[in-house]
Amino acid sequence: MKAAVVVFPGSNCDRDCKAAIERTTGAQVEMVWHAETELPDGIDLVVLPGGFAHGDYLRCGAMAALSPVMTAVREAARRGVAVAGICNGFQVLCEARLLPGALLRNVGLRYVCTPVDLEVVNAQTRFTARYGVARVARMTVGHGEGAYFADEETLDRLEGEGRVVFRYVENPNGSLRDIAGIINAQGNVLGMMPHPDRACEPELGSVDGAAIFQSVLASA
Amino acid sequence: MRAVVHVFLKPGVLDVQGKAVEGALHHLGWPGVSNVRIGKVIELEIASDSREAAEAHVQSMCEALLANTVIEGYRAEIA
Repeated sequence: MKAAVVVFPGSNCDRDCKAAIERTTGAQVEMVWHAETELPDGIDLVVLPGGFAHGDYLRCGAMAALSPVMTAVREAARRGVAVAGICNGFQVLCEARLLPGALLRNVGLRYVCTPVDLEVVNAQTRFTARYGVARVARMTVGHGEGAYFADEETLDRLEGEGRVVFRYVENPNGSLRDIAGIINAQGNVLGMMPHPDRACEPELGSVDGAAIFQSVLASA
Repeated sequence: MRAVVHVFLKPGVLDVQGKAVEGALHHLGWPGVSNVRIGKVIELEIASDSREAAEAHVQSMCEALLANTVIEGYRAEIA
């Protein structure tokens, strides 16, 4: 099992992700600087971590979506490698059009930093199989621009195809249809605003995030 | 040539900044204000022989980076 964590200038959850993956799965994790044009050979998972890549200039994730490494990420996604974007990473995946929709400024304009309960809407994905019959997972969010937006047709399609993976039990940011996380049509690209990387050890208040890394690396 | 690009959230996309500013303007004594929208203005110089070519380039830039057309519309002026 092998994973890579992409490091953009301004990423700040990259080392949290590495520690979370290593401690929950035992996988070997390589850090990949955004200017690299290739990902390590034989990886099963690529994580785009949280933070403020490129200072959130222009729009969150807009500049990062054009970083050299994203060509390799796009190619890996096409080949079926699991790709997970967490928080800022979700914004990057939307800007890169690897996932539909966009993340808008939170309704209420406040940066929200709080534990949230998530409904595991689809526990039959590569990222969520380990949740089994557990329907609620607790993680934290920390973002100012996390209100998921897509047009009605796209929202209907996501719901109809089981691609809404996580929903907020109590919506903290104004996301349409309470969406907290989605996957692509192929089922190998996940984007979510809550942080599984901050919910992997009892000291952090929850271990419910571990199942994501364990699911994807068990399927590898 | 000089281009000025205006980027705004599309109608139908909730502009929470616009709403907040609108509320503040009401509070300051302008109750008749409505539909406040907050956008961005991007100015740039572009080396181009013709206005048409500059317009085409700027449009491509808007589609590729300057606007996210999932949520934003844009309008470009070439001066």
